[in-house]
Amino acid sequence: MAELSKNDEREATPNVSEVDVVDAHSETEAVAAVEAPVDRGEPILQIRGLKKHFPLTQGILFKRQVGAVKAVDGVSFDLYQGETLGIVGESGCGKSTVAKLLMNLEQATAGEIFYKGQDITRLSGRALKAVRRNIQMVFQDPYTSLNPRMTVGDIIGEPFDIHPEVAPKGDRRRKVQELLDVVGLNPEYVNRYPHQFSGGQRQRIGIARGLALNPEVIICDEPVSALDVSVQAQVINLMEKLQDEFDLSYIFIAHDLSIVRHISDRVGVMYLGKVVEIGSDEQIYDHPTHPYTQALLSAVPQPDPEAREHRERIILTGDVPSPANPPSGCSFRTRCWKAEARCAEETPLLAVPQRFQGGDTPANHESACHFAEEKDVVHAA
Amino acid sequence: MLLDVRDLRVEFRTRDGVAHAVNGVNLSVDAGETLAVLGESGSGKSVTAQAVMGILDSPPGRVTGGEILFKGRDLLGLKEEERRRIRGAEMAMIFQDALSSLNPVLTVGAQLAEMFTVHRGMSRKDARARAVELMDRVRIPAARERVDDYPHQFSGGMRQRIMIAMAMALEPSLIIADEPTTALDVTVQAQVMDLLAELQRELDMGLVLITHDLGVVADVADRIAVMYAGRIVESAPVHDLYKAPAHPYTRGLLASIPRLDQKGRELYAIKGLPPSLTDIPPGCPFNPRCPMVRDTPCRTEVPPLFEVAADRGSACFFWEECLHG
Ligand SMILES: Nc1ncnc2c1ncn2[C@@H]1O[C@H](COP(=O)(O)OP(=O)(O)OP(=O)(O)O)[C@@H](O)[C@H]1O
Ligand SMILES: Nc1ncnc2c1ncn2[C@@H]1O[C@H](COP(=O)(O)OP(=O)(O)OP(=O)(O)O)[C@@H](O)[C@H]1O
Ligand code: SF4
Ligand code: SF4
Ligand SMILES: [Mg+2]
Ligand SMILES: [Mg+2]
Repeated sequence: MAELSKNDEREATPNVSEVDVVDAHSETEAVAAVEAPVDRGEPILQIRGLKKHFPLTQGILFKRQVGAVKAVDGVSFDLYQGETLGIVGESGCGKSTVAKLLMNLEQATAGEIFYKGQDITRLSGRALKAVRRNIQMVFQDPYTSLNPRMTVGDIIGEPFDIHPEVAPKGDRRRKVQELLDVVGLNPEYVNRYPHQFSGGQRQRIGIARGLALNPEVIICDEPVSALDVSVQAQVINLMEKLQDEFDLSYIFIAHDLSIVRHISDRVGVMYLGKVVEIGSDEQIYDHPTHPYTQALLSAVPQPDPEAREHRERIILTGDVPSPANPPSGCSFRTRCWKAEARCAEETPLLAVPQRFQGGDTPANHESACHFAEEKDVVHAA
Repeated sequence: MLLDVRDLRVEFRTRDGVAHAVNGVNLSVDAGETLAVLGESGSGKSVTAQAVMGILDSPPGRVTGGEILFKGRDLLGLKEEERRRIRGAEMAMIFQDALSSLNPVLTVGAQLAEMFTVHRGMSRKDARARAVELMDRVRIPAARERVDDYPHQFSGGMRQRIMIAMAMALEPSLIIADEPTTALDVTVQAQVMDLLAELQRELDMGLVLITHDLGVVADVADRIAVMYAGRIVESAPVHDLYKAPAHPYTRGLLASIPRLDQKGRELYAIKGLPPSLTDIPPGCPFNPRCPMVRDTPCRTEVPPLFEVAADRGSACFFWEECLHG
């Protein structure tokens, strides 16, 4: 697989997350100390103020716009080479829309997406095509995302039609068989159809297709959500192996918070089209400061019956407001147990809260709350 | 014992042959107890539940053996009419997908009220009042105003709470919940499980909770039965099973889930895939994937459910080794 490993000279990515946090409290200092000096280099992707508003129209003959669904409403984050950024949040918070914007499958209403310093929302034609080759996607549903009438070989080789420079015609079959081998499928299977494979195998086919053009970034939208536990582990292990092998950067979208912690170096939490908290996996899971993150984490059932009486549950009341009509000020205030008058008037910005700035504490990460404070909800008291 | 399922067997006659979906399942639930039935997709969880409820898709499905004792009576010997009376009044079921199990062209109030007019012979006015009461009880805000709304006008979490209201309406002694929160977000899942547990306590019901989520089991169940290829491979009190599994499949499952409270190392992955139910391997059904397999007896004899302790069973010849290893 020589062609695929284009980055052999890569520097070892400093992997903060390998610190094994056995007891979060006793190791807090150690974690913070390891974290501080990390130099991640230049980000490969920089997202700034990204918005996607879907128009809401009324009328049959003459459509007029009566409002907008603010699916993504001012999202900013960076993705570094070789890292995995997890994105979590409840249904409808805008995760897939972010993915589609990054893939150029949707046109942004506002904002910029810089790929190695170049704003790709402004590119078109050849220049756009060249960049798009480097950003690929793996979808959630292994049952519907593969065309049932195409052979596996045609599915994986399809990207070569758009980018023939990667694999000249005569070379395609060999290339596809290599890709099958990389994702752990029998290269002899190239002439089979998707229905002849299990869910986990189909997801491997989707990953092979994502790898076909030697991309640098892969956006994974719920790649294992439809799979059984035992098969999930197989696919996750494969994705981690491929990341090391080809120095890939992942954006990993999922609603399973345990899986996201497992695979991510950093994690962003979304609510109603905005990122409300972002940080390293230890910062988000062991030292969350945003009330929404705390509620989300506290609600996750953990496979430990001993802990069930000792964990604090924050049961949120009410439903997520409509993104067509988000609350004024802090969009979480209608469900937040800490909300005060200020929360309705003033929109909290995503920034390191003043009280934690410069401090040598894991709470020293970005959180969009006027009253950010640390609360461990994951570890039993 | 409220429900006692003994050696239940169900087959489906399909074009590809006979699918052995349930192959000798034993389960029991007491009043006030929560039994979790855990297993991967296709292991026979829903079919077991459907057989107990008497709503099996037949044909092609057929119960080919066993007993389903409910309050001491074998349901398999009853006439359909009698089973229909028991369904709803004495045992009720909650499904994963509320939207497709509620009637889209009837208001939720009408559907709830129907439980009381049909089963209890109440007047329409009284039944409607009970419907509002029930919606209140499952914490639907502004129940009185929303009783005439249709299912699609409610959020996913509210619809699932309305399903719960419907199941609870006649205060049955047994509820079977088939993946009741799988389609919901975690914060909503927490609300719904909370509600279910509260009503169960209040009414002292038996609850069979079908799930594939080891977190949900640990959170709410008293006992757990693990299914694989249509069999119960391990059954135990929840605390014991998580502390020390007595079947290699259970052990593999526990090792393959990532943790929320710490960054783990590489996940353990059970190799291979579950067997096709038309072609279950001879001997122990788990043998092609088992790290502890031995040619004899694993590939030749089907392991029975061995007694590990008074209230624990494992269908593995080498359960002792698994338990202590
Ligand atoms: N093409 C569209 N037109 C109008 N509204 C849309 C469109 N696509 C998405 N939306 C809305 O935008 C919001 C965000 O949707 P999105 O699919 O990004 O959510 P998500 O976080 O991926 O949710 P899930 O976890 O359910 O996949 C939702 O309210 C959705 O209804
Ligand atoms: N209506 C049907 N017709 C034919 N076969 C069926 C039918 N219903 C179930 N089966 C067979 O029974 C097997 C067990 O199905 P069941 O629905 O009980 O699985 P499950 O454990 O509930 O899985 P899941 O987690 O996916 O819901 C299936 O693999 C299928 O072969
Ligand atoms: S800003 Fe106010 S409403 Fe928003 S999360 Fe913080 S305390 Fe809650
Ligand atoms: S009986 Fe044999 S194959 Fe089956 S689980 Fe036990 S050791 Fe494994
Ligand atoms: Mg989505
Ligand atoms: Mg099922």
